[in-house]
Amino acid sequence: MKEGLRWRMLVALLVTVLGLAYALPSVPFVGNSALQKVLPEDKISLGLDLRGGIYLTLGVDVDKAIENTLAQTGQDLRTVAREEKIGMLRPRVVGGDKIELVLLKSEQKESLNKLIAEKFSHLVNEAPVDMEEGKVRYSLSYTDEYRKYLANLALDQAVKTIRNRIDQFGVSEPDIRKQQDYRIQVQLPGLSDPERAIQIIGKTAHLEFRMVKDDANIENAKRGIVPPGYEAMPQMIRNPDGTYTESALVVEKDAAMTGEYVQDAYVNFDQFNQSYVGITFNNSGARRFEQITGEYTGRRMAIVLDGKIHSAPVIQEKIRGGRASISGRFTKEEAHDLAIVLRAGSLPAPVNILEERSVGPSLGQESIDQGVSAALIGGALVMVFMVVYYGFGGLVANLVLCLNIVLIMAGLAAFGATLTLPGIAGIILTLGMAVDANVLIFERIREELRRGLTPLAAIAEGYNRASLTIFDANVTTLIAAVILYQFGTGPIRGFAVTLSLGILASMFTAIFCSRILFDLWAGGKQRAKLSI
Amino acid sequence: MGLSIIKPDSNIDFVGLRKITLIISLLVVLAGVGSLLMKGGPKYGIDFAGGVMVQVHFDQSVEPDALKDSLKDVELPGLMVQRIGLAADNEYLIRVSISDANPENMRGKVQDALKTNLQGVNFEIQRLEMVGPKVGNDLRSAALEALYYAVLIIAIYISGRFEQRWVVAGIMAAALATALYGLGHLGMSKQYLVIAAMVLTLGLCWKLRLNYALGAVVALIHDVLITVGIFSILDKEFDLTIVAALLTIVGYSLNDTIIVFDRIRENIRARVAPTYGEVVNKAVNQTLSRTLLTSGTTLLVVLALFFLGGSVIHDFALAMLVGIGVGTYSSIFIASPVLLALSPEELPEEEPKKEPIVKSEHGVV
Repeated sequence: MKEGLRWRMLVALLVTVLGLAYALPSVPFVGNSALQKVLPEDKISLGLDLRGGIYLTLGVDVDKAIENTLAQTGQDLRTVAREEKIGMLRPRVVGGDKIELVLLKSEQKESLNKLIAEKFSHLVNEAPVDMEEGKVRYSLSYTDEYRKYLANLALDQAVKTIRNRIDQFGVSEPDIRKQQDYRIQVQLPGLSDPERAIQIIGKTAHLEFRMVKDDANIENAKRGIVPPGYEAMPQMIRNPDGTYTESALVVEKDAAMTGEYVQDAYVNFDQFNQSYVGITFNNSGARRFEQITGEYTGRRMAIVLDGKIHSAPVIQEKIRGGRASISGRFTKEEAHDLAIVLRAGSLPAPVNILEERSVGPSLGQESIDQGVSAALIGGALVMVFMVVYYGFGGLVANLVLCLNIVLIMAGLAAFGATLTLPGIAGIILTLGMAVDANVLIFERIREELRRGLTPLAAIAEGYNRASLTIFDANVTTLIAAVILYQFGTGPIRGFAVTLSLGILASMFTAIFCSRILFDLWAGGKQRAKLSI
Repeated sequence: MGLSIIKPDSNIDFVGLRKITLIISLLVVLAGVGSLLMKGGPKYGIDFAGGVMVQVHFDQSVEPDALKDSLKDVELPGLMVQRIGLAADNEYLIRVSISDANPENMRGKVQDALKTNLQGVNFEIQRLEMVGPKVGNDLRSAALEALYYAVLIIAIYISGRFEQRWVVAGIMAAALATALYGLGHLGMSKQYLVIAAMVLTLGLCWKLRLNYALGAVVALIHDVLITVGIFSILDKEFDLTIVAALLTIVGYSLNDTIIVFDRIRENIRARVAPTYGEVVNKAVNQTLSRTLLTSGTTLLVVLALFFLGGSVIHDFALAMLVGIGVGTYSSIFIASPVLLALSPEELPEEEPKKEPIVKSEHGVV
């Protein structure tokens, strides 16, 4: 017994010291003192509801991303077919998931089929339909696996882009992660200007350069009548007083070049002190830009961002060196934000904000204060009650209850868990439930004492019999907590974590640690009257 | 020895009270369910229904009507303005039920409207929560699933621990999983699927004679139903924190139930009385003092949370208050009577000593 006791004391002491080491840095008073140097650096990280910040769930419109890629595939197919001297009309995307194209000569059917099978194996080629004059209509779509692959690719790219943008924005400790159903969860702690952050994150920044059809009839275009292969697009013209006038231009449906070649973007000012955004292309982009500007010298090229024309300058000459600029008469801030999104890359598809939760920092502090004071008062009431009711036993219970709280804090810090407002509620609740294990034991000891056992035997019997009950009872609560963690989101998870930690800590302290104190007492004064 | 509220030799005839308490429980459950039916289901907060909630703090007093008027020119469906905290705090919750409204515009719109229409009043948006309809729907089914799986896994655990019938419990789980898979393929909505699963679980526990599990599960469904019902009667909203509260209640209620069951099992082994009814009654009496003490201390802290915890966790604390009260009651008056009703009247003849494991399990952990 004596040997066992020494060994158990050592374990309890070790756990207590470790617990204190991990718990103390999170106490503001200690965290800033010299003591901090010797303690671990892990601190309890506070949830957004406590320190303020933004929580966003974004939905990535992967269908749109697939549609965009499909259009690109159509172009590629036409280019490759042209090299093989196969003549076809311009492929069109139909219904968002199919390319339709018309083969001009039915005798080339064999070679086109072969081409598709060899070079575009991710396309499903439906049975071609013969049309009049020897034309054949083809209908192509992606295989399911390829669609899935593209969708995941789009999601990954979106995550990367959003991370880049947030980095430019300068938020400390942002948390960006993928979720099911092509969703992205973004947490930005301590950010005070949610509106602007959301705008930067949500901007698709799909940059395109498209050739303008200058001789098109704008009035017709506004009614939706455009020549095949062209479309009308809105152009926002900013007036000197800050308002916008909406106009329209007819541009080619297919982009001459897209923003994926952008290497850098920056804000600059022209001679009239108007801000514009300068772009540098990467090598292949520079070559392409040179080729386009050479081919279309004298024509207007529209700079399209997210489906809106920002400017449509006339190409004066072939542009070498891979530099271009977007002058849309921006405000300084608009130009800055545009540069951020261009530099960070464009989103492969539009993202929608499905969920937003933002908390101001002051409210968070208020919540902490209220939670902590509720915990202190609740805890104090329980402790007073325990001493009044159980005497020495109550003192023991209170001592291990304090250890319990230290262990919960240490656990939160060591595992890098996040403390949320429901998490504080979880701790407070554990306070109440932690007493339960002690109550079970004490009541059992009282019962055994009534049956006439000596204090020593009663203690041994009480602990033995109550331990299994405590274990069974706590495991069920633990199951509930684990499931809560599995299915819950954000703050709920915080609650589940503190609850689980609390249960584990209370089992350890109530069964293991409090027994040591009783054994010590019993060793000190044999056969004394037990106050319980 | 310290104080005691329950006399050591207490011998209240709980088993005899079971008819009365059954009627009381039925009435309360029916009142709650009736209220739910009349109101067309639970009142979902924005977490589950989708919507926008903005908490605004003003630097001087603003009348709710003036605030409402100032937001008139913005298109805000189902606009609700509600004062929170004390009148001197000048804090309001603005709620809008959406929808497809765009949240980035929503924040701007509210801000602009307040700026233009409440001249000379400074304000700060302290909290904004927007949940889109799709996410709300997902959160709702996740919450239901969580409640269901908690009940199922706990039922399996109890059957295993108390009756050493892990295999039967496992078969039950497999049967359920298969049945749910089939039902899911018929295109049933999550809500009905979970209700169906719950009924199936009860049916299977009954059929497979998993008596302890059945008693515990009936008790906790009873507790959840009553808590949900009281929330409905009080016109409180359900959000994610309330689901957390419900799951905690599930855990707590079971905690209580298991401690009584544990004592029943022990009393059966020790053959403290000839009939099942007396064994159960004795177990309830023996654990009564612990039950009341633990519920008392837990209630003490939850009360502190309720009064001092602040507006954000107020409803959570309320759910816990109700749940702990009901959970304590149900372990005595629901779980044990159910177990009793399923058991034979007399204890079986001398049980063969087949559980030597118990001895070792009682060792110090």
